[in-house]
Amino acid sequence: MTHDAPVIELIGVTREFQVGSQVVKALDGIDLTINYGEMVAITGPSGSGKSTLMNTLGCLDTPTAGTFFLNGNDVSGLSDDQLAEIRSRQLGFVFQSYNLLPRETALANVELPLKYAGGFNRRARWEAARRALDRVGLDHRYDHKPVQLSGGEQQRVGIARALVINPDLILADEPTGNLDTKSSREVISMLRSLNDDDGKTIVIVTHDPEIAEATKRVVTFRDGRIVGDRPSERVLSTGPAEPAGPRSGETE
Amino acid sequence: MGFGLLFSTALGSLGSNKLRASLTLLGIVIGVSSVIAMMAVGRGAQVSVTARISELGTELITVRPGAQALRFAFFGGGGNSDVLSFSDAYALEDDVFAPDVRLAAPENSFSGTAQAGRENTFVNGVGVTAEYLEARNLEIASGRNISNADVLNISLVAVLGSETSERLFGQRDPVGATMKIQGREFTVVGVLKSQQGTIFNPDNSLLVPITTAHYRLNNGKGPIDLMPVSSINVLARGEKVVDDARTEISTVLRLRHKLGAGDEDDFSITTQQDTIETLEGTQGTFVILLGSIAGISLLVGGIGVMNIMLVSVTERTREIGIRRAVGAKRRDIMLQFVTEAVLMTFGGGVLGVAAGWAIAYFGDGATVAGDVIETVIETEIAIMALGVSVAVGLFFGIYPAIRAASLDPIEALRHE
Ligand SMILES: Nc1ncnc2c1ncn2[C@@H]1O[C@H](COP(=O)(O)OP(=O)(O)OP(=O)(O)O)[C@@H](O)[C@H]1O
Ligand SMILES: [Mg+2]
Repeated sequence: MTHDAPVIELIGVTREFQVGSQVVKALDGIDLTINYGEMVAITGPSGSGKSTLMNTLGCLDTPTAGTFFLNGNDVSGLSDDQLAEIRSRQLGFVFQSYNLLPRETALANVELPLKYAGGFNRRARWEAARRALDRVGLDHRYDHKPVQLSGGEQQRVGIARALVINPDLILADEPTGNLDTKSSREVISMLRSLNDDDGKTIVIVTHDPEIAEATKRVVTFRDGRIVGDRPSERVLSTGPAEPAGPRSGETE
Repeated sequence: MGFGLLFSTALGSLGSNKLRASLTLLGIVIGVSSVIAMMAVGRGAQVSVTARISELGTELITVRPGAQALRFAFFGGGGNSDVLSFSDAYALEDDVFAPDVRLAAPENSFSGTAQAGRENTFVNGVGVTAEYLEARNLEIASGRNISNADVLNISLVAVLGSETSERLFGQRDPVGATMKIQGREFTVVGVLKSQQGTIFNPDNSLLVPITTAHYRLNNGKGPIDLMPVSSINVLARGEKVVDDARTEISTVLRLRHKLGAGDEDDFSITTQQDTIETLEGTQGTFVILLGSIAGISLLVGGIGVMNIMLVSVTERTREIGIRRAVGAKRRDIMLQFVTEAVLMTFGGGVLGVAAGWAIAYFGDGATVAGDVIETVIETEIAIMALGVSVAVGLFFGIYPAIRAASLDPIEALRHE
């Protein structure tokens, strides 16, 4: 698969919130390019705009100013329905609080995006959902409901759900925020494997420096702006020669 | 999202809270089943009244003095009895002026105490001519009818209704026995067959010659021709000529009463069809009333559905957020909630029709407070009730569904 355009290209993206008479600038003129095969950590203090950025990248929210190209297409001015279509076909979102449907089985949860994407019969949906669950190592947990799974397992179901539509881009907003160290490591190595082995582009918001350095590129936010953008220690220690690594010239 | 998926998703959501869905459904079941049962009872009453009136014969036309509207006093007179006379009745049998009239049977009424041995009872009696039985579709069980000779002779003879006979004479055959009416001695010459089941029951009555009623019991005076009658029972020559006969009766009576072109009739003519229509009209109102009461319970059921759907939208805010985040459009969310509401009301409708049908079916022929209930189940009503229950689901489901669809996905995901 060749990609001419970057996965993500933000130009002057701004997101303002009106709170009473006050205007809060959650994102303040962000320029950011992320290429295929990158694995990027977004860090920064609380309230710096990380989640707002992820919601924008995930097409759950639209910028108040600036332009957002996803896979080379301008999506900043799309309608609600068009954004829903992109969510169901082009990207996977992993949440801090898993956000699984509590009454459905793991398999049904993973199957859900395909129902809205349309064009898959029941059999095709099940096969894709099983494959996604197998990929995250949950081949023995198809019929478990979320309460019957550990936090780490629930988050892996969440990752399988993001994978099921086979997107190029996976967005994860503090995916390990609710997990203990052991489960966190599992989830992160899962995401790394998806990047290393499957070539998925991955963006992770995290407060944990260990996790940030386990990615390939670390982007730091403060007050709605990017204040740092550098290769991770992992990349620096092993050299930039990895096949799926970031292209050179991506630092500030 | 296709219809099949929508359907299974909605069914799954309802299934995850079965008790709540069942209770909501119950409201609709009660509403729909009461509509079905009420309509069946209402229509049953309508049909049975019509059937009973038809038993009297559809050729019967009743002429009463005065321009009053329809009255139901079959065995009691009233009104201004001066207007219709005995000779008016016989003028209606004129072959030239009233060719479609087969016979005319005038009647008079009286009331008083009837006494036989130690038994006595109060009766509303009828003074009649020989034609009365035929006109009223009555039959003699034993003895004989009042004859026209009895009428001419002002005889003190009586024909008893079956119940009157039983009250005065018990199980004995009263024919040939004597009895007293208002203190005068009468001979019983016959007993009527029981007509139980018809709404104008002659069983409690007592018949005497029309002249006897006027001169002996009502202390009337004057020549026999001018003897007032309380009504004239006319039989047309056939069901098809009832309207012609009616016109002829009107012409003859207007001529005889010397009414000018602008004068109103001083008599009223009622055909059985009129009676049926009037009764059906009142019954129709009754059916509408029953239907509306039942409809209100359906409305209450619908409000229950809306209430539950609103609660459900709030409770499932997060679910809505998740669905939206993985690609559901507003329309998908809206359709899901509307489908849930309609599934509930349609399910309730189906069960309600079944329940209402069962109530009507097993209630048919039951006796409530001495009245036999008859029910008529109409398929149209059942189909209509189903249609209405779907409409109720749509109507009361749409607002909660719009609320659900308009939630912002990010905020919905933050919802606890
Ligand atoms: N819906 C909203 N309405 C008003 N203000 C908002 C809204 N969403 C975010 N903000 C504001 O925007 C700023 C950035 O919020 P954001 O959630 O992106 O921070 P964050 O970097 O994800 O923080 P954390 O690490 O605590 O998750 C904050 O000041 C927040 O108060
Ligand atoms: Mg955040």
